Amino acid sequence: MIRVVLPSHLRTLARVDGEVELQVDGQVTQASVLDALEARYPMLRGTIRYQHGGQRRAFIRFFACEQDLSHEQPDTPLPAAVATGAEPYLIVGAMAGG
Amino acid sequence: MSGVRVLVGTRKGAFILSSDGRREQWDVSGPHFAGWEIYHLKGSPADPDRLYASQSSGWSGQVIQRSDDGGATWEPVGNDFSYDGTPGTHQWYDGTPHPWEFARVWHLEPSLDDPDTVFAGVEDAGLFRSTDGGREWHELAGLRGHGSGPSWQPGAGGMCLHTIILDPARPARMFTAISAAGAFRSDDAGQTWQPINRGLKSEGIPDPDAEVGHCVHRLAMHPAQPHVLYMQKHWDVMRSDDAGDSWHEVSGNLPTDFGFPIDVHAHEPDTIYVVPITSDALHFPPEGKLRVYRSKTGGDEWEPLTEGLPQENCYVNVLRDAMAVDSLDSCGVYFGTTGGQVYASADAGDSWSHIVRDLPAVLSVEVQTLS
Repeated sequence: MIRVVLPSHLRTLARVDGEVELQVDGQVTQASVLDALEARYPMLRGTIRYQHGGQRRAFIRFFACEQDLSHEQPDTPLPAAVATGAEPYLIVGAMAGG
Repeated sequence: MSGVRVLVGTRKGAFILSSDGRREQWDVSGPHFAGWEIYHLKGSPADPDRLYASQSSGWSGQVIQRSDDGGATWEPVGNDFSYDGTPGTHQWYDGTPHPWEFARVWHLEPSLDDPDTVFAGVEDAGLFRSTDGGREWHELAGLRGHGSGPSWQPGAGGMCLHTIILDPARPARMFTAISAAGAFRSDDAGQTWQPINRGLKSEGIPDPDAEVGHCVHRLAMHPAQPHVLYMQKHWDVMRSDDAGDSWHEVSGNLPTDFGFPIDVHAHEPDTIYVVPITSDALHFPPEGKLRVYRSKTGGDEWEPLTEGLPQENCYVNVLRDAMAVDSLDSCGVYFGTTGGQVYASADAGDSWSHIVRDLPAVLSVEVQTLS
């Protein structure tokens, strides 16, 4: 299972507490994780990446295994530790705006 | 027993203030959607339990929430606001073309007779409609594409479509207003539009007969007199007696004619309310005195309403969507401030008291009159 940590305002919107666990079939990439996340929580569509084109929203960042993956291509495989569930995939609301 | 429900949108969530018909004791519910900007909430005239809310944030964009039980519970619905076709460009602040980009929903206007139909005014200025309770949104592109769209320029607050008025006497007629493009009217249910800005004078526009470019802050109409429109412009309070075909100034004896909201008494179509603000550079009441001004003559002759409002050291603003009226026998008037106060008058403005005084900055106030 893939473990995903949402920022607090999106946990509230999706009505979840703590981490989200997702089953991702096939290669584990940022795109496939976000596809699975949005399929299970449709209210998150458009809040992490744009609905058309899939571009990451400017003030959302993606971290895992102590790396900033925000600028990786959506189809780049995620680290093995994320794919096995050893480490979570972090969706972060950037510290911006005061 | 009759009652009222006041729907308050703030910078950090929504609040619902409820009272019986006496409007003396209030129940405060909220914050709903805590931490998110709530630009607007509004209830359906056809089903008071059906509410729509515009929820947004700089991090995660736009969410539309719907309630089917008067705000007790909410459900996120559709948030895909894609402009129709190739959006094209409008003017940027420096006069260069700038692509149309959706930012947020400023105003939600439910249909007068169908709870599942609701209009959304958005930034960058566009008009959208949902006919399935907010799940899917489609642009009424005739407004943006009527011809002058490429010349529209944003005001300081963004290029927002902030006012939508539906004509109860002519279901195909509707009005919108955009900062800083002006006012527009459709006579075919939103398919085609014409600017209705003749008579507006704006010192920031060199052409005195300019068709668009006027910074209209708010329009208001009384349902019994739908051909009469009132406007709070950036400067000037204006009136039209021909559904916007022409306008004349009714600022009269106001201490300043700059302001944001304007509204009409529920039972007296010629009684209107504004909140004068010092100037475009000083967004607070003149002399630090919070005064609502009422005209019982449809403009020109105004009286200050001060009882119960702070008359010293008050430096808040009242934003364009932050005033509303109820339709109880003695008309109630409500407004919210950027200082977080929501004031109510149960006697048409003669006296005021605060319902709440420490909310986040108030962005919008709407009222439902419940039977």
